[in-house]
Amino acid sequence: MRVLAQRLAQLAVVFLVVSFFTAGLMSLVPGKPEVIVIPFDQTGEQQQAFREANNLDEPLPVRWFEWAKDFLSGDMGNFYSATGGEAVATRFGESWPVSLSLIFYTQVVALAIAIPFAIWAAYRSGGWVDKVINTTAFALISLPSFAIALILTYYLGVKMGWLPTQGYVRLTEDPAEHFRSVAIPVMSLAAGQVAVYMRLLRSDLVATLQEDFILMARSKGISNGRVLWRHALRPSSLTLLTVTGLSMGNLIGGTLVVEYLLSIPGLGVLLGEAVLSRQYEALQSLVAIIAIVFVLINFAVDALYTVLDPRIRERSA
Amino acid sequence: MSTPPPSDDPVEPSKRLPVGAYLAIAWLVLIVGAAIFADFLPLEDPTAEVASLPRMAPGQEGLLLGADNNSRDMLSRTIYGARASLTIAVGAVALGFVVGGLLGLLSGYFRNWIGKVLSSLFDILLAIPALVLALSLVAVLKGGGVQDDDAFRLPTIWILIISLGVVSIPLLARITRGNTMAWAQRDFVTAARSQGAAHGRILFREILPNVLPAMGYIAILGIAIAIVAEGGLAILGASVDPPNPSWGVMINDGKSAMRDAPFIMFIPIVATFFTVMSLNYLGDLIRDRFDVRESAL
Repeated sequence: MRVLAQRLAQLAVVFLVVSFFTAGLMSLVPGKPEVIVIPFDQTGEQQQAFREANNLDEPLPVRWFEWAKDFLSGDMGNFYSATGGEAVATRFGESWPVSLSLIFYTQVVALAIAIPFAIWAAYRSGGWVDKVINTTAFALISLPSFAIALILTYYLGVKMGWLPTQGYVRLTEDPAEHFRSVAIPVMSLAAGQVAVYMRLLRSDLVATLQEDFILMARSKGISNGRVLWRHALRPSSLTLLTVTGLSMGNLIGGTLVVEYLLSIPGLGVLLGEAVLSRQYEALQSLVAIIAIVFVLINFAVDALYTVLDPRIRERSA
Repeated sequence: MSTPPPSDDPVEPSKRLPVGAYLAIAWLVLIVGAAIFADFLPLEDPTAEVASLPRMAPGQEGLLLGADNNSRDMLSRTIYGARASLTIAVGAVALGFVVGGLLGLLSGYFRNWIGKVLSSLFDILLAIPALVLALSLVAVLKGGGVQDDDAFRLPTIWILIISLGVVSIPLLARITRGNTMAWAQRDFVTAARSQGAAHGRILFREILPNVLPAMGYIAILGIAIAIVAEGGLAILGASVDPPNPSWGVMINDGKSAMRDAPFIMFIPIVATFFTVMSLNYLGDLIRDRFDVRESAL
């Protein structure tokens, strides 16, 4: 219970600081929202009316407080527009499933590729298989996801014509087209993750394989496959799990660029739009949600630790 | 967590640098040298139309790497682009290194409220997606295309250095903090303290030299990450202003010509790839040499 209370307090602090920080940062932006919404206004009256309607003349703490009150009661505010803007919640509701499915596929694909290869490399540690796998991982780490997206778009989309080069199809609309439309973004986001996960898991596995209990298992005559997948993988997967959780934050940045590049209507595009067109309210709500989700993921990773490693469970008990 | 310092045992054979290290260093020397001395090299103006046709294939009209969408010399743009990309990346990490390193040292050494406040500040900053933070900072500092004649505006390169630098501060601070905490518990620090050494002396003369390899490793990786981040910002339209080149801007320009002239996109991608790979490789070598642990990851 104490841990839970501590976690909640931590979440509240993150929420307060992140949202206030975003609010402060955005209010420093020289480009003012009313100029973007109503670009041609000789007298400035309409712009002034817009400022008043959206409480833009209030001091920062007041504005932040009003926003926080709404946000906590579930209202994410509206996009600024001359004709009464769209609710942020509507746009958010449309775009988060897109980004989440991209991130989810990316993690699944990355782990599905990384785990077997890491086990193979660790098993043949020092051999040529290990070297080839490591070198490939190294090259993949050094290639930014947007570059991979462009290269794949060129070869698989433009040259071969196998995959669509742009856009997104919802799963409910057409499952086959859905997977074709996410193939390039997921591959380009997963490539870097595969390399990171594989290097981590390999080095942890190499260490685990030298432990006594592995020797014990082997001497009992348990098959290599079972020793690797059952006995060695679980204790070696702690770092992998942490990094998988933490990489959620990085993936949001990566998806932002890849979504933008491939015209996929996800959270990344929405965030980019909010930044570039001075949507203070929208941006504050979006960044606050992402920060909260990020913190929650970290909590979940911590909780999973205790499941995977009984020693941590005992220590905290 | 604390790791023994590298042994200076003369019996242990000194590890020779692998071939890859020489290749990586050679590439970096080449690209950094070209970027620094670009003005003295026999190059066309990177912003001038020099080819008779746009998207001229490499090798024609004496243009080694061809011409881009606006008939500008790709070789010159790649080299001047290297100058922009590398200045931004190195500048940003230098900012993160000094500020983040200092804050990390302080928060790792003072385990009272100072350390706690600072470390929770790092965690909070890390909870904002890095690219979103960088993009917001660029938007703040650039003023987003709205003409405000009296407003003072920093040169775009400085805006990018500051934006990416601020993002790198919590990362460098966290790594430095983790390592400082490990080294601060060691006997020689206690010894120094019992001799009456002041905090400043312990921090900078005893702890800092031991933490530097870890910081150096992260800084080199950080430069690689910053080069990639500049590319990401360029794709979002938030990098250097046209017609000036950076690798990210060139990749973004090349994207529209993908169908007819893919080389325009591939040349800056290859340059980015080699540079990032060289930096990653050298970073890994430093890590292995000094047995740096990526604590607090």
